[in-house]
Amino acid sequence: MMSSIIAEGLKSVASYKSALIGAAIILMLVGISIYTVAAIPYDEAVRLWRAGEQTWIEAPRNAYPTWYSYILQKRLPETIIKDSSKPELGVNKVIVPAGETIKVLRIEMSFAFDYDDIPSEINIFYTVRYNKSAPQITMTWIKPDGTEIELRKFNPGSDGAYYLSVDASLASREVERLVNKFGQRPSYELTPTVSLFAVEDRSILERDTVTVMKGVYRLSVEGLLLDPQSDFDLKLVVYGKVYGWAGTDHLRRDIGIALLWGTPIALTFGLIASVSIALIQMAIGAVSAWFGGVVDNFIQRVTEVFIVLPFLPTLIMVSTLYKIDIWTILLVVIILLSFGPGVKNYRAVFLQLKESQYIEAAKAFGAGAPRIILLHLVPRVIPTMIPAIVYSVADFVFLEAALAILGIGDPRTPTWGKVIEDSFYGGALFKGLYYWTLQPAFLLLITSLSFALVGLTLDKIFNPRLREV
Amino acid sequence: MQVKRIALYLARRGIVLFLTVVAAVYVTILIANMGGYVDEIIKSEVLFRVSTSVYQNPAYRGLNETALKKLVTELYENEIKRLGFDQPFFIRSFNYLADALTLNLGRALFLSSDSGSRNVRIILMERLPNTVLLFTTTQLILFFIGLFGGLYLSRKYGSRTDKIVSLLAPFSALPGWFYGLFLIIIFASVLRILPYGGMVDIPPPTDRFEYALSVLRHMILPIMSWLIAYSFFNIYTRRTFFLIFSKEDFVEVAKAKGLPEDLVRRRYILRPTLPPIVTDLSLTLIASWTGAVITETVFNWPGVGRLFYEAAALFDTPVIVGLVVIYAYLLAITVFVLELVYAILDPRIRIGVS
Repeated sequence: MMSSIIAEGLKSVASYKSALIGAAIILMLVGISIYTVAAIPYDEAVRLWRAGEQTWIEAPRNAYPTWYSYILQKRLPETIIKDSSKPELGVNKVIVPAGETIKVLRIEMSFAFDYDDIPSEINIFYTVRYNKSAPQITMTWIKPDGTEIELRKFNPGSDGAYYLSVDASLASREVERLVNKFGQRPSYELTPTVSLFAVEDRSILERDTVTVMKGVYRLSVEGLLLDPQSDFDLKLVVYGKVYGWAGTDHLRRDIGIALLWGTPIALTFGLIASVSIALIQMAIGAVSAWFGGVVDNFIQRVTEVFIVLPFLPTLIMVSTLYKIDIWTILLVVIILLSFGPGVKNYRAVFLQLKESQYIEAAKAFGAGAPRIILLHLVPRVIPTMIPAIVYSVADFVFLEAALAILGIGDPRTPTWGKVIEDSFYGGALFKGLYYWTLQPAFLLLITSLSFALVGLTLDKIFNPRLREV
Repeated sequence: MQVKRIALYLARRGIVLFLTVVAAVYVTILIANMGGYVDEIIKSEVLFRVSTSVYQNPAYRGLNETALKKLVTELYENEIKRLGFDQPFFIRSFNYLADALTLNLGRALFLSSDSGSRNVRIILMERLPNTVLLFTTTQLILFFIGLFGGLYLSRKYGSRTDKIVSLLAPFSALPGWFYGLFLIIIFASVLRILPYGGMVDIPPPTDRFEYALSVLRHMILPIMSWLIAYSFFNIYTRRTFFLIFSKEDFVEVAKAKGLPEDLVRRRYILRPTLPPIVTDLSLTLIASWTGAVITETVFNWPGVGRLFYEAAALFDTPVIVGLVVIYAYLLAITVFVLELVYAILDPRIRIGVS
């Protein structure tokens, strides 16, 4: 009988368009979850998410998703990496002996820059090898119009990085160069990144008129290697303004990882919480209604105690005091809500059912309490429960996000809520980095909306009283 | 006879409710104490009290610093023993319970009020008006929108407005703070016409009228986010509720008798549905008192919800326990008052039919 109700229910779900859309989205999310779990193992995801800047050093900071280029109708720069230890087209490294021990090093790197915006940052990472005296290195930047800018002259004592974008001495030399050229100081704080990539005319003097110079850029490195074993290599990273399909955050991490892994976590959290809470509440309600008397009284009082305890504050308290991970949080949520107000509803339903004739008949046949509860009472109630279960998945998906936003969720696991929290913390809304907040928000939105659509439709189907009105 | 029965019934309910509060507070204390934090509260409080009394006592003024410190330690240890810290936790937990239940809320460990007080009651009373201002207002608006919208739609059942509201109802699956994010982006980040959050401009306007205006401006976005989130669902559930009720036999009879529609609605639909609606309203208003932790965090509103969050983040247990105790009391009192009203109104209780 129950299966026929469900079968009929499924048939009528198909007749509601909104429910179909909802079901399609849920299926898609399940697909994404399966892909994610298969493609990026959980430990790997956690490692990448907790890795810090070293793992992500070659990714731009706060980069937009790649599809931003289409929306803005302009080609935003992507990250360009050139490595002198990996020869390729446009990378040349020559070492010429000049005397007994001295050698001359020449590295030429060139790349075409055809984007409509200035890169976000430039770094040069170098490795150096020598016995006694460090090599002498001079780095020069050559713009497509031939302008030559000497970046730095130094003796690298050990492997290191040259953070070109924040080189204050280069910045002031550049300002001086522009003053000599145009007789005027730039009206804003000029960074080397801008002056290395901007068109060399008066437009460079105003922040709003700076335009990017397109063409082939060159980095020319000349060095004197003073030892026979001496060597020098460098990697030029010109950070773009877009990265991947989801962009990066303030720690240069690929937000895509968190968006992908957030899906299975949100679904699992929401489904486990809603299903198990509904089942436990129903079981408690059934026991309470069936046995009555002292048992009923006790269960009702316990339920009232849990209703008096404010749920979210208690949950916050437990999770901050005990610093628990996301699955323990889930367990605490289930415990706190198992005696929730739902118990009272189920109890009322069971009290009504208890008096019905088929239960009388079962009793007359000598059926025991467990048998009647499990085989006769529960199956009658399940169809009416399903809509509420489906509907409440959305609540728990948001609960997880809310905890993350408060900063008390599991810090290790990459989730949608975590990304939203990071975006708040990183001032995304102030800086206009809307993709950072909006992408996880959008996923939360379609997830909960699809469950709500299916839930409400099921409600209409399983509760005929609602269908009439 | 009747009065006696009602009194007896109420007394029984009163005791049960009080025991419920006691149990809830005890559970809170147990949770908070497992980390040993309640002990720390008491110890820090004792140390504070002892050292102030020693340093402010003119009789000890002649003593030097080390002697004073020794005195403080001695008195502190005596006091700790007197308070029964050598007793097992099981016994001590009941002392905490008694303190909490008598609203002896003590001093906060880290948080302090804007006026600089560590007194939990003062901290709470400072935040409470902010929360009441924002969330009780919001809940009242939502309640009336739901009530009148629902009544209206139950009459216009099947109309286009009705269909639109039914269609929009699922959007309430998203919580208010979530819409808040979008409103902040639209009105604060992009249009820059409303503030990102907070309760009043910084620095606060000195003129009283301007101050009120500034607070109002800060209230717009949070209130809007909740209205967008919950209005349609409220209207939808109320409408369904009224519709189901208007199918009851006694309503059909009244209609069949040819009573004017207005009278049918007032006397035959609204009156019998009033008790659950009133219960609903009073419980929502009490719940609104605890604020909304996440909405207050998103909008940086200095209310009770945020206080709770700050307290939890700093492990400030006295504040947490204080909040739970007051909430539990208020909830119990409200339920009791409702029972009182129903005991007087409900003939089943009045006459004594169970």
